[in-house]
Amino acid sequence: MDNLLDSWGLTVATFSPLVGALVMFLIPKEKEYEHKIIALITSLWVAFVGLMLLIWFDLDATEKLQYVVDKSWIDAIHSRYVVGLDGISLPLLLLTVLIVPLCIVYSWNHFPDPKNPKTFLILILVLETGMIGTFVAQDMVLFFVFFEVVLLPMFFMIAVWGGPNRKYASLKFFLYTLFGSALMLVSFLSLFFLTGAESFVFSEIADNVVANAVSRTAQLWIFGGMFLGFGIKVPMFPFHTWLPDAHTEAPTVGSVILAAVLLKLGTYGFVRIAIPLLPDAAVEWAPWIGLLAVIGIIYGAFCCLAQTDMKRLIAFSSVAHMGFVMLGISTLTDFGINAAIMGMVAHGLITGMLFFLAGSMKERYHTLEIKRLGGLLVQAPKMGWVLGFCAMASLGLPGLAGFWGEFPAILSAYNPANGLPVEIFRTFMVIAALGTVLAAGYLLWLLQRSAFGTPKEEFAEDPNIHDATKTEWVAWAPLLALILAIGIYPNLVFRATDAAVDASLTPCLTIDVDELTHEEIESVHCSEVYGLGNHDSDHHTASKG
Amino acid sequence: MFFASNSVPTPEIVWWALLPVIVLAVSGVLLLTISSLLKKEISWLAPGISLTAGIFVLLSSIPMWNRIQNDGPISFLNNSVGTDSSTIFLTSLIAIALISTSILARPYLSREGIPDLEFYVLLLLSAAGGVVMAGANDLIVLFLGIEILSIAVYVLVALHLRKIESQEASIKYFLLGAFSSAFLLYGIALVYGAVGTTNLVEIRNFLATSLLIEDGMLMIGFALMLVGLGFKVAVFPFHAWTPDAYQGAPTPVVIWMAAGVKVAGFAAILRVFPLTFASYVNDWQIPLAVLSGLSVVFGSVVAVVQTNVKRMLAYSSIAHAGFILIGVQSSNMDGTSAVLFYLGVYTFLASGSFAIATVVGGEGDSNHDLDAYKGLAKRKPALAALFTILLLGQAGIPFTGGFIAKLGVISSAVDTKYYFLAGVAMLSAAIAAYVYLRILMAMYSDNNEGKIEDIHVSKGVWVVTSLSSIVVIVTGFIPGPFVEITRDAVPILVGG
Repeated sequence: MDNLLDSWGLTVATFSPLVGALVMFLIPKEKEYEHKIIALITSLWVAFVGLMLLIWFDLDATEKLQYVVDKSWIDAIHSRYVVGLDGISLPLLLLTVLIVPLCIVYSWNHFPDPKNPKTFLILILVLETGMIGTFVAQDMVLFFVFFEVVLLPMFFMIAVWGGPNRKYASLKFFLYTLFGSALMLVSFLSLFFLTGAESFVFSEIADNVVANAVSRTAQLWIFGGMFLGFGIKVPMFPFHTWLPDAHTEAPTVGSVILAAVLLKLGTYGFVRIAIPLLPDAAVEWAPWIGLLAVIGIIYGAFCCLAQTDMKRLIAFSSVAHMGFVMLGISTLTDFGINAAIMGMVAHGLITGMLFFLAGSMKERYHTLEIKRLGGLLVQAPKMGWVLGFCAMASLGLPGLAGFWGEFPAILSAYNPANGLPVEIFRTFMVIAALGTVLAAGYLLWLLQRSAFGTPKEEFAEDPNIHDATKTEWVAWAPLLALILAIGIYPNLVFRATDAAVDASLTPCLTIDVDELTHEEIESVHCSEVYGLGNHDSDHHTASKG
Repeated sequence: MFFASNSVPTPEIVWWALLPVIVLAVSGVLLLTISSLLKKEISWLAPGISLTAGIFVLLSSIPMWNRIQNDGPISFLNNSVGTDSSTIFLTSLIAIALISTSILARPYLSREGIPDLEFYVLLLLSAAGGVVMAGANDLIVLFLGIEILSIAVYVLVALHLRKIESQEASIKYFLLGAFSSAFLLYGIALVYGAVGTTNLVEIRNFLATSLLIEDGMLMIGFALMLVGLGFKVAVFPFHAWTPDAYQGAPTPVVIWMAAGVKVAGFAAILRVFPLTFASYVNDWQIPLAVLSGLSVVFGSVVAVVQTNVKRMLAYSSIAHAGFILIGVQSSNMDGTSAVLFYLGVYTFLASGSFAIATVVGGEGDSNHDLDAYKGLAKRKPALAALFTILLLGQAGIPFTGGFIAKLGVISSAVDTKYYFLAGVAMLSAAIAAYVYLRILMAMYSDNNEGKIEDIHVSKGVWVVTSLSSIVVIVTGFIPGPFVEITRDAVPILVGG
């Protein structure tokens, strides 16, 4: 079993959905039940493989890539099929394999128009392949391929099963992301050729960046290209405009997958590729990333306050929450990036859940206009409570998962990595903290307007509005349980990520200048961007004197 | 060398290497002769001969390939014709284009009531011209090949006699083509004036070993040749004929123009610029880079505003030509093999895509509006699925051959430090992706107003589209072996 997992585990997890999709492709579309069953079994099988991967994962060596497979793929362009799993990818992989079966269960009896479960489920499975592949790929070209594969199924999901404005929204989504990844690919290729590496494998590139001294300017440009690719996907502040449209128009399940996993591909890219490979450039870009993150937090929150549509509100709250994640990342510290990964997982669970709720409410009320909602607690008390629970989790209530994403991210900005301007990041910290207040504002206000009070006249006697159904509970329960479990015991995530994050950062970023001697710092050989030379020469002369 | 005193020395001829040209040209002439002698028309004769010739050339390329791989490239006929791996690779691509055109043309011609004899004769001659270009070792031979190829195509474009657009397209294509041939010939003359020979190998050796004090004439020669060859492959700003010609020409002819003519044109460009003018790479690299960038941008952007699918595909073929030219300008091993890979994938992409346009175009070959594709997925789900694969391949989505092709040329541009070009090309590719998505969305939209009730999909269309789709998918998933082939097929000039 162990050996089997070692050599096949990740490949099976990545490509099983594709095989399932292929089987479904061959079955005529009239056999809806068979399609649902095949899709469910496939996704459960993938979840099972994911579980096995977790069980056999060596949690004492999360910084090490495990289940590594290294096979030649396209020799001519130096790209290899290298997959592996470490503490950074593990939580995100598990999140993915969990969300997909839940989405299939949720859509069991209510496929959005124009129905056609066959194609819909095939798209979900193709998406799953792309998402898992992105999280396990350890080669730039392979990563890019999976990163792009995700694009099309989501595009079709929005374009075909979306709301009235679906054409506009799907195209916007598609073009934005494609523009970003276009520049990202050029960055990847430039990095490869400038380092003169033998292959596109991350570790190989990283070694060569140091060894071959890629010029500062080149690093900054390359980081810029990656920043656009990943930043648009996140989405960061000026590039976020595709998100509310995509979310508003997407079918429920599409929104859930988009929020829960797709947005994480961007942040994951920063943590996995941009920062470990180009730490020097990261230091110079970090204040700007932090600035955009903070703008995103505040801007997203204000937009939320102004929204009249519940789904759009949740979409904008994603912009704000991903702002916290990016703030954590921009500190370039072990602490901040751990918080960011926790933030990704928490946001995936909570916002995914909120979109499920929005979808269920839309089905009952046929509208998500907040003005017309109200009294959910009266008409569907259990759903009302779930909404309350999720709103609390989303605003970062201690004891629920959201807290562990938000609070440490803010805190990490107090003490950013070496070479980053401390005052500026502390300012970011203060502003971000204000963002949590606004988050509490818009979420509680949403809860008040939609769940409290008495039902509006038009819906008061509507028999269509009933409490959560069995399938809904099946889809929601695991998410709710995890939100609570991680909230109470955040180590569930941190245990996996901590060592891996620490290993991914160059020592220059993390060494503590106050505790080491001048010689010890010198021995790490850091470039001047980390400000180690000047800073501690004063310090040590003072202490020696 | 001693010759008998009364015999005229004749150059050595390697007959087996000339086989493709001979087969194509002879079957063309033979077809013309036989059918004029026949009393009764035999409907399968012309397509049959054309198809057989294509398949023969394709199959014969396998032993030829092995032989060249083992014994190395050869040149003969006083070094004016060369056969290397690239010649054979490109010849087989031309054969594939010929085969798919022949297959698709038959139902089209009978539907439109176009006499098919002339069509196939011209097609075979045109293909022979293309093969001559792929093996040219001399500028004069190159020019001969281009003329044989082009003149046949001028007539082919006009073949839809009852359609005014077809005549108009032919006139435009002919006039501009004649001009471009003149440019090319003048360029050849100037290069000859500068170096004193038209043999590619001798030109290369001369340029590598001697320093021209006054190289103005040579430079103008380069420029004029670039104009002439750029016209054939429809590179901006020599593309103006493309949309009209593609729109007006009978659709099977468009397949030939997009796949066959483009392959032959790039065969010529590859032999002339990166090989022959290798030592002057600094002088022509930047113009080529500029032209490639402009083509990619122009083709992609203008395709967006089209509403006619044939025109969209025409502009997108300009963008594709730009992409291929990016690989050419990098002028190194990786870039050139990327060019060959791109040409290979594009041959299938173009054949398959235009095959579907032939079908949807319907009676009169005029129904190419985007609306005609609405609801295609409902009426012909399998056809729509195949078209989806082909369009995604054209867009360069991962797991299609189109992606690997684009990756190859872009990475060659980055390798030669043309970062800006690579960035611009990738952004344009994103814009172009929108074009293909528009067609896709039309196909999958519910609106069933388009006149697609009377779509008749012949067996040939199924064969061509499904084979093309399979190739596009397979080269996307397992590109390794195919890239290896194109690396082996990188052209080499020998002789002289």
